[in-house]
Amino acid sequence: MSAINDSAVIARRNLIRMGRIPEMLIFGLIQPIMFVVLFTYVFGGSIQVGSSTSTQAYREFLMAGIFAQTVTFATAGAGAGIADDMHKGLIDRFRSLPMARGAVLTGRTLADLVQTALTLVVLAVVAVIVGWRTHENAGKVLAGFGLLLLLGYAFSWIGALIGLSVRTPEAATSGGLIWLFPLTFISNAFVDANQMPTFLRHIAEWNPFSATVQACRELFGNLPPGFKAPDAWPMQHPVWASLIWSVLIIAFFRTLAVRKYRSATA
Amino acid sequence: MVCLVIPLASGMRSANLGFPNFPDDVEIHMPGAIYAEGLVKTFGDVRALDGVDLDVPEGTVLGLLGPNGAGKTTTVRCLTTLLRPDSGKAVVAGLDVLRQPDAVRRSIGLSGQFAAVDEYLTGRENLQMVGQLYQMKAKDAKARAMELLEQFDLADAADRPAKTYSGGMRRRLDLAAALVVSPPVMFMDEPTTGLDPRNRQLLWEVIKRLVSGGTTLLLTTQYLEEADHLAHEIAVVDHGRVIAKGTSDQLKARTGGERVEVVVHERDDIQPASEVLSGFGKGETTVEDHMRKLTVPVTGGAKLLAEVIRELDSRGIEIDDIGLRRPTLDDVFLSLTGHVAEAKSEENGKEETAK
Repeated sequence: MSAINDSAVIARRNLIRMGRIPEMLIFGLIQPIMFVVLFTYVFGGSIQVGSSTSTQAYREFLMAGIFAQTVTFATAGAGAGIADDMHKGLIDRFRSLPMARGAVLTGRTLADLVQTALTLVVLAVVAVIVGWRTHENAGKVLAGFGLLLLLGYAFSWIGALIGLSVRTPEAATSGGLIWLFPLTFISNAFVDANQMPTFLRHIAEWNPFSATVQACRELFGNLPPGFKAPDAWPMQHPVWASLIWSVLIIAFFRTLAVRKYRSATA
Repeated sequence: MVCLVIPLASGMRSANLGFPNFPDDVEIHMPGAIYAEGLVKTFGDVRALDGVDLDVPEGTVLGLLGPNGAGKTTTVRCLTTLLRPDSGKAVVAGLDVLRQPDAVRRSIGLSGQFAAVDEYLTGRENLQMVGQLYQMKAKDAKARAMELLEQFDLADAADRPAKTYSGGMRRRLDLAAALVVSPPVMFMDEPTTGLDPRNRQLLWEVIKRLVSGGTTLLLTTQYLEEADHLAHEIAVVDHGRVIAKGTSDQLKARTGGERVEVVVHERDDIQPASEVLSGFGKGETTVEDHMRKLTVPVTGGAKLLAEVIRELDSRGIEIDDIGLRRPTLDDVFLSLTGHVAEAKSEENGKEETAK
């Protein structure tokens, strides 16, 4: 299958690049590590989750949120990379070759998935160092990381579309990040959504991002004592909600991105 | 009159040619390896292409000459499947560009305005990647990359990231990437823009070698000298239309004939030399006093030039320089468009739309 081969060739190309620009990976790690430290030690003592105000309960509550936020930052990486390829004329070259249409984007998003996985490994180690623990079996914990990777992969397709739609790599980076802040903060990632005003609470409960965070908390055994999941369907069935959201995002944005690619002009 | 257009395959491996039997009274037009008819492309309210017609016979080089914004890049993008024209017809290597874009992509090589190589990959990795994307097996792509690196004098730099290459080396790598499958039809969009004269010369040699192997080439350029040097035929484009077409000689002839130019050694010789030239000339002799230069339009070429020299000599007029000057392509451009072929101020043809 040429689509698979071509995607593999492009993924390999992006992984080689990644290895030659290790600072990208390193910078990608600084922010989540900073967040782990800030939220654990600065806000940790004053944020109540469930019925607990213990620092340890918040610490465990927090990590799923930071993991999920970190994987969504793959959006900016994919966007900037593809915008850069456009800018340098590489997309023109690829489009003039007899290769599968979606392969350039698929290869890029797969390479980003590898980068996301590496980032998650490092971040999990840091989390364990500051006191994060899981309370479920390994299978469930891995399933939680699986959902995180799927979410990251879905978001990199949003990044691909942004990268194809803007004029410069710089615009793709900021365009890939700005909306992530409201998206990840109006969610259950850092605080208990039950404590939000009604209007924001509804947004937070249906936020695709919240579903993955909630699912991970369940799978990691990180729900704080006395925590009651909101009644909204995605919060009651977070694993399913997370899967459905991610698949929908991939289906929607992949279609748009591939269509955009076919008529892309630098 | 019915005009049937048969795509003529040019050294094509994949073209499927089933010739039907034509009635005797039908005129058959055989288009070349690159053929375009009435290509129109508008961006917003700018007509970037306003009915471009081209016909490049197999194995020849067409130079598409024009200033920035004339429509050169847009033409190349339409012919290489990157851009869909609003209307018109395009056939490349015997294949309809609009209906069989994938087959066209297998038969063409494109070298764009920017050296489109991945700067973090080595030269070898870049060529291997392109080879594999042309659907070559990994092993074959590797061998071919090796061959091209040798051929383009990049073997020493094969395992260095392209980032470390000079501008000329990047262009050569880009060109090598376009030649991975030895496509029968090549497109080069301003291949030497931004190169220093030495690297330009080097690239010209590469292009000449390529063409002598039978490749059909469409080359765009802003350099009149380059078109003159490399192309069998030149199409001058301006405002999205081909405004003149022909060999470099034909185009020059359209601008008016040749002239004899003489530079005399002594200022005192200007007067007698002027009398001599008037005897041979077909028009008025112009004199530039400060340069001691006289110019007169003539017909008769080299033979006449010899007679002029003999006559000047017999009158004892000492000359520093004498020559038969034919109009340059700059003159051609000026006489065809009413303006010189100057680059407009927009960014390097990225949007070939601005006027």
